[in-house]
Amino acid sequence: MELDPHTLPTDTAITTTLDEAIGWARESSLWPMIFGTACCAIEFMSVAASKYDISRFGAEVVRFSPRQADLLIVAGTITYKQGPILKQIYDQMSEPKWVVSMGACACSGGFYDNYTTMQGIDEIIPVDLYVGGCPPRPEALLDALLSLQNDLRTNTYDPERHKDFKGALDNV
Amino acid sequence: MFENIIISSNEIHSFIKGKYDEGFNYLLDITAIDYSEYVQTQEEEFALVYILRHKSFKKHIVIKAYVPIQEVETISDIFKGANWLEREVYDQYGITFKNHPNLRRVLNHKEFVGHPLRKSYPITKGQLLHEVDDLIDEMNNRLLSKDIICKLDSGLFGECNKDLMFLNLGPSHPASHGTIRTYVALDGETVEAAVSEIGYLHRGFEKSCENHTYNQIVPYTDRLNYCSAISNNIAFVKTVEDMLGVTLSKRAQAIRVMLLELSRIEDHVVCLAAVLVDMGGLTNYWYMYNPREDIYDLLSKLTGARLTNSYMRVGGMANDLYDGFEEDLKEVIKKIQYGVEQTLSLIKHNRIFHDRTQNVGVISAEDAINYAMTGPNLRATGVSFDMRKDAPYYGYENYEFDVVVGSVGDVYDRVMVRFAEIDESIKIIEQVMQNLPEGDVNIKDASITLPTKEAVYGTIEGAMNQFKLIFEGVKVPVGEYYGSIEATNGELGFFIVSDGSGTPYKVKVKAPSFTAMSAYPEIIEGAQLADAILTLGSLNIIAGEMDR
Repeated sequence: MELDPHTLPTDTAITTTLDEAIGWARESSLWPMIFGTACCAIEFMSVAASKYDISRFGAEVVRFSPRQADLLIVAGTITYKQGPILKQIYDQMSEPKWVVSMGACACSGGFYDNYTTMQGIDEIIPVDLYVGGCPPRPEALLDALLSLQNDLRTNTYDPERHKDFKGALDNV
Repeated sequence: MFENIIISSNEIHSFIKGKYDEGFNYLLDITAIDYSEYVQTQEEEFALVYILRHKSFKKHIVIKAYVPIQEVETISDIFKGANWLEREVYDQYGITFKNHPNLRRVLNHKEFVGHPLRKSYPITKGQLLHEVDDLIDEMNNRLLSKDIICKLDSGLFGECNKDLMFLNLGPSHPASHGTIRTYVALDGETVEAAVSEIGYLHRGFEKSCENHTYNQIVPYTDRLNYCSAISNNIAFVKTVEDMLGVTLSKRAQAIRVMLLELSRIEDHVVCLAAVLVDMGGLTNYWYMYNPREDIYDLLSKLTGARLTNSYMRVGGMANDLYDGFEEDLKEVIKKIQYGVEQTLSLIKHNRIFHDRTQNVGVISAEDAINYAMTGPNLRATGVSFDMRKDAPYYGYENYEFDVVVGSVGDVYDRVMVRFAEIDESIKIIEQVMQNLPEGDVNIKDASITLPTKEAVYGTIEGAMNQFKLIFEGVKVPVGEYYGSIEATNGELGFFIVSDGSGTPYKVKVKAPSFTAMSAYPEIIEGAQLADAILTLGSLNIIAGEMDR
């Protein structure tokens, strides 16, 4: 469903499904929570700054409280020491919520294949979108945001989609 | 100028105390070496290494002691900075220090078993952490040292003889860069006691180095201080080149100086932008961050990457400057100057800025040296230590620039020193570009630098040469060496142990942020909570470099 204010006739009711209307509303009001730990967080600063300007896509209300955010962007290396903290942050976010894993380290550990780096955050939390790159260019993160928005516009949100996910820290 | 001294393990404390009294009052680094797989059999399996700098800043000494019993006297009573450094040695190598005030892990987590930098520890053996350290006992000790007595109620703080509130600042907090945790005891808004926990971004740089050839390590160095990647590249390859005993062409040296200064600017603008945001001055962020984007564009064109450039190679650099670089650079410098000018016009005579920063987060020159703080943080206290002047390299002595010093050592000084250093760096860049020598940027030595693509594809010698260098790496002569440069956060050093192969036997980074962070709890105790945030920002702690 596309709503263009210029072509809308006045005094007209639009019929749609509730899911679509909610999806449309969600799409442009994502509130990201930046879990920035390393180099990727510096690239996120660029995404938020005026040249790339994430506010063009309605996602500039960056919140550092998980309670107020619905889009978790994990930007940077997650070590085993950081693991329980990331998990806690994720758990504290209320539904609906989405997770973007930004950069090679968050996706797979990147080239830190060693004793301290978690080999991808999907060892502990479910991920909706992976963005490759070390670090990804700002355009890559914006692309991830746009594809998430596209998904919200076209598909019904499924809160059950990760119900079979079992992370390494889940049963403790 | 430096010398190597070997002493016995039971005289460590007395020998270092003696050196301290001789004027070696600046502790650069402490590390250990596990010789169990080394080519030459050594006296003992483990050795401790202490690197000290003289108060004239012109020379340093490397003191080595073989440790048979793996327990030695602490030197944290001489140097405050030794506290965390010894904890790191304990954490990574399992060598314990007698009479250490707080010997516990610092980089690895509390559930970690074993000591990862020992050769016997497999590099990929990760260990999950299930529950974060509550830091209660560490905080309790800190409180007791201030005569605050708290009852412990099933492991948590109960009633105290002062009305305290306990709060975690970070690690997930925008002002703590996502990776620094400070646990504070607050009396109202005042920080009564603080303990910091680091290691949240410890990603095993030093262990990874032992598994890669020298040139493969260059991309890892990018991610130490990721705000100024090229300066880490240079610090590392320069140390390797010094071990090889090669000298770069005049052109390569000049380009490195120019890029070092550009990285310094790149780093300072993001630090200043962040500090001003922490203070509530968001406008400045745009003024300071936009020129950084322009630097990114320039570096992308030159190196192919915005942030993590990996531009340096042992023996030179990936490629020469492109045609038209100079014009692009001039444009970028104009934009930097505009950004700095606009920001300063907003804060220079701004009462709020002055009130928020002056006499806030003060550290004295004496303490700063004792904590082995370096770079702008040290210079802000009035100590004019700058490697570029005190131990010049790459012809820094030929450029005209000033070392900027502060007087109080507060947030204001640290911020203003960085602003002034941007101007000085621009001066140096202009001088370099005026007299940029002609010539090759890579040294001509088949055992160090790669052959040309034509030679690789056209001749069997070229192909073999390339194959050997890529697979085996640059062979560095057997030895132990400490080399350092003035990076953006201060003296960035690498201590490298080579066994003669193309892979380092051991690499240790002397990271300026690590020692600066160890001073942080003491600086903020007695200060207001909001000022603690500002102090952290002004110290420019970069977690990648601190935790490695």
